[in-house]
Parts: sequence; structure tokens; C-alpha cells
Amino acid sequence: MTDNDVTRAEYCAVACAEMFSGAGEIMASPMATLPSIGARLARLTSEPDLLITDGNALILADTPALGRPGKVEGWLPFSKVFDVVASGRRHVVMGANQLDKYGNQNISAFGPLDKPTRQMFGVRGGPGNAINHATSYWVGKHSARVFSEQVDVVCGVGYDKADPDNPAYRFLNNYRVVSNLGVFDYSGPGRTMHALSLHPGVTAEQVRENTSFEIDGLDAAGPTREPSAEELRLIREVIDPKSLRDREVAQ
Amino acid sequence: MAQMRDKRRSLDEAVAGIESGMTIGLGGWGSRRKPMALVRALLRTDVTDLTVVGFLGPDLGLLISAGKVKRAYYGFVSLDSKPFYDPWFAKARTEGTIESREMDEGMVKAGLQAAAARLPFMPIRAGLGSSVPEFWGEELKTVESPYPAADGRTETLLAMPALELDAALVHLDIADEHGNAAYTGVDPYFDDLHLMSARQRILSADTIVSTEELVDSVPQQALLVNRMMVDTVSEAANGAHFTFAGGYGRDEAFQRHYAASAKDPEAWKTFAETYLSGDEADYQAAVARFTQEQKEQQA
Repeated sequence: MTDNDVTRAEYCAVACAEMFSGAGEIMASPMATLPSIGARLARLTSEPDLLITDGNALILADTPALGRPGKVEGWLPFSKVFDVVASGRRHVVMGANQLDKYGNQNISAFGPLDKPTRQMFGVRGGPGNAINHATSYWVGKHSARVFSEQVDVVCGVGYDKADPDNPAYRFLNNYRVVSNLGVFDYSGPGRTMHALSLHPGVTAEQVRENTSFEIDGLDAAGPTREPSAEELRLIREVIDPKSLRDREVAQ
Repeated sequence: MAQMRDKRRSLDEAVAGIESGMTIGLGGWGSRRKPMALVRALLRTDVTDLTVVGFLGPDLGLLISAGKVKRAYYGFVSLDSKPFYDPWFAKARTEGTIESREMDEGMVKAGLQAAAARLPFMPIRAGLGSSVPEFWGEELKTVESPYPAADGRTETLLAMPALELDAALVHLDIADEHGNAAYTGVDPYFDDLHLMSARQRILSADTIVSTEELVDSVPQQALLVNRMMVDTVSEAANGAHFTFAGGYGRDEAFQRHYAASAKDPEAWKTFAETYLSGDEADYQAAVARFTQEQKEQQA
């Protein structure tokens, strides 16, 4: 297999897996296809103790292909998930309709709160996730509309919202962002978005054109790590044999 | 010998005590094991100005479609599968016709826990720093911990107010005539908390059987609801339709039909006449015809 065979989606899968590096025995809550592949890949490689669920109330004892049932090791209905959220033993990877440079995320609505121009789900678990445990974001189509200067409704809480005098914010951990263009964290000036790597074939200019704010370290960012042969085998044959990843990330 | 109360009532009798302006909690989650037959019974009343609380989906949507909702307390409103966003909720929000008390999902649980425990509030971190307080105006307060943190500083938390319910409507899979009930699916959701937070406790179930049969048919841990949590129990086969319950899946084709119909006033008029103009038996018969037509079209 040559380097050229690796698809953009597969780079994203490895970048998503690396979000869970060192996570240990916690609950992974990926909310889309690529983060789900990432959590499973992490579990099959560096993070064997990671807990994954069937997306409903069952904790999976093994690591089945996406969409396939697997053996069960535990029960975690919604009520208990909220308990886990508050305990901090969780790393969620949410999507975002808007995401700003501090990690404020919107999945609720566009426009004014009392009369939005477009209504989505509501804040869901965003506020509680962000303030309780590691929270990352996956954006399958990196655009200036998603990576916006401001968000209309703050669901996930950005670093600029943290009150340094209130210890209740001490668990706020906007960990990482993976998009179809690159990998980012919030280690830029004033805890703003910083580029860790760009996927091979992506230019800094391309990211700049598709982002409404300045990303720290963009020009200095190196390429996203290439999947190993074993990682590619796991992605292609074990975790995602139906190539669902290609529906979320175009090549 | 004195007999234990028989709490069986018709769906219409069960909701007869709900009055305009009341606050009602709806059990289930998104588009899962929702008390849809009870909601449909509410649609047949002239009740208006309801405040609705819960992990909401098309149950809220249907109540909005009939102009019955003044305010909603929710973490989300979701159909859980395509097209995901409830069209009636979206319409009410974008037209500004309902008041929204939007909050983190965990805050809904905390508010019900406070009400069930007869406490004024429950402290919670979730919501701090987010837009949640802006949805509440002066209604949502913070509270300073009376206990200093390890570093001597003081933690300020949200004081989630008790979500006290005038009535709770929940649908379980199997019950007895006294109001003991079990779920046969994988998740209890928050139905027990809804019932414990309410003055009128209204239960429906797909089947009502003897206590002995109820207890024999499920693992004992699935007996989520006991009779001291329930005032009335109504038999409603397929009563969570078109959401799923323990005994049947979500009717995806019908949910899509609901969502598509809501997009157009003429289509909705037809939908309401076809499905919502009669009683529950009429509804289920119309759904059976819909399903038959779907099959014939596919054949």
C-alpha cells in the first residue's frame, strides 16, 4: 500500500482516534461517524480501557463494526449518562452548526433567542458537557459559516466565558477540534484556536478562506500523521467495512 | 375484604383534569416511548396555554400544532431520526409564538429531582457560561456554595428551580389496574421522576394485565413505576405511536409523513382530518390504512 492510497477520511479517522490518546477508562461519546471510527480505533490500538456504547443505553464489551451489534458489558441509560457527565469520566465529540475561536459552540438556533431565523435542536447537553469534562468537536465540512466570528446561541462553553473567580469552571476542557481540513486545539493566545496539523493536500490558505477568524499557528502547522498499515487495516476491514466514512468526508 | 383501587380510566377521562394554563410534564425522550395517546386525548380537549416540560419531541409538536402551548421547558426537541428537527416546534420558535425556557439536558433532570424531593432548587454546574440564562430572564438564579472550595474560594452554581408539574403524562409498556408498571425497552428515561414531580399522575400502557402477570412478564428491576406514583392508568395499545416503545419500533414512514405534512397548511389540514379528528381507535385505524398504503406502493 502506498501513501497515495490513504483517503482524507482516513486521516480524519486517525486524528479522531488521537483525541482519545491517554483518556484511559472513561466513556467515549462520539456523535458522528468519523469520531465513532476514531473512538473504536483508539480502543483497538492505544486505549483498550476506553468505554464505548451502542449509542443508546448499552456499553459494548467488544468493538464491532459501525452499525453492527456487539456483546454487551454494561447498562448506561440517559439518567446515568448525566451522572457520568457530572463525574467528569467522559470525553464527548460533538458536532457544531457554529464554532468560534474560543470554542463556543451552537447547535440550538440561528438568530435572536426569542425569535430565531432557523431552529435546530436546542442546547442539548452542550453546556453540561463543556463545563464538566473533555469536549471536542468534529466538523465534516470546514466552512466560514461553521467557524464563525461569534455564535448566536452558546451551547458548548468557550474559554472566554470562564469566570476565573468561580471554581465551578475548573473542569472546562475544550480539548480539540478535528475538521476535514485539519486538527486544532485552543492553545493559541488567550486560549484561542491553534492549528496542530493540516491534512495532507490542505493549504493554510484554504483553511483561512474557510474560517471567519484568525487561527493561531496556521502557517507553521505540519501535516496530520499518516495512518499506520495496521490502523488502515482496522479502519477498512474491522471498523468501517462499508466505508461510511466516505459519506461524511469527501475525498 | 376491602379492595385495592382500580385506577383504569379511558384516555379522555384521564386527561379531563388538565386545565388551561397548567404545567404538564411529558415522559419519554425525543421520539421514544412518548405518551402520544394521552397527547392525542389532550388534542380533543379545549385546553390552551399549557406549559410543557420534558425531553421533548413530536409530543410537543402536536400540542403546538393545535395551539395549546404557551411555554416550553426543554433541553432539546428532537425527532431522533430524519428529518430530526420537529417542524411545529421550529415554526413556533421562528414565529416567536411560544416562550422558551431552554436549558441543558441535565438541568431538566435536576429540576425534576428537586420537585420530586420537594426542594426549591438543585445546584448544578451545567448552564454556567452558556446562553441558557438568557432564555430565562430573571427566572433562573445562581447560588453561592456555603462551603468553601479546597483553595478557599467560593463556588457559584446555577440554582435549577424545581420543575413542579400540575400533571405528568407517561407511557409504559405494561401495567396493572392499580398503576404498577414496567418498561420492556432498554431505557427507563425519566418517567418515574415526572410522576414524582406531579400532582396529577397520568399513566398509559400498551397492555393492562393482572399484577401477577405483570410481575411474571418482566425482570423485577423493570418495575419502574409503583401504584403510589399513579392516579389513573389507561390502556392504549400502540399508544406511543409513532414514537417507539418496548414492544414496537418507531414508525419512521409515519414520522416522515407527520413532518412533511407540517410544512404545508393544506397538507396539515388533511393530516389533522385523517388522523386527529376522531378518537384513539379512529387514529389507530387510520394509521393501519396508512401502513397498508405504504406496503402497496412498495409492492
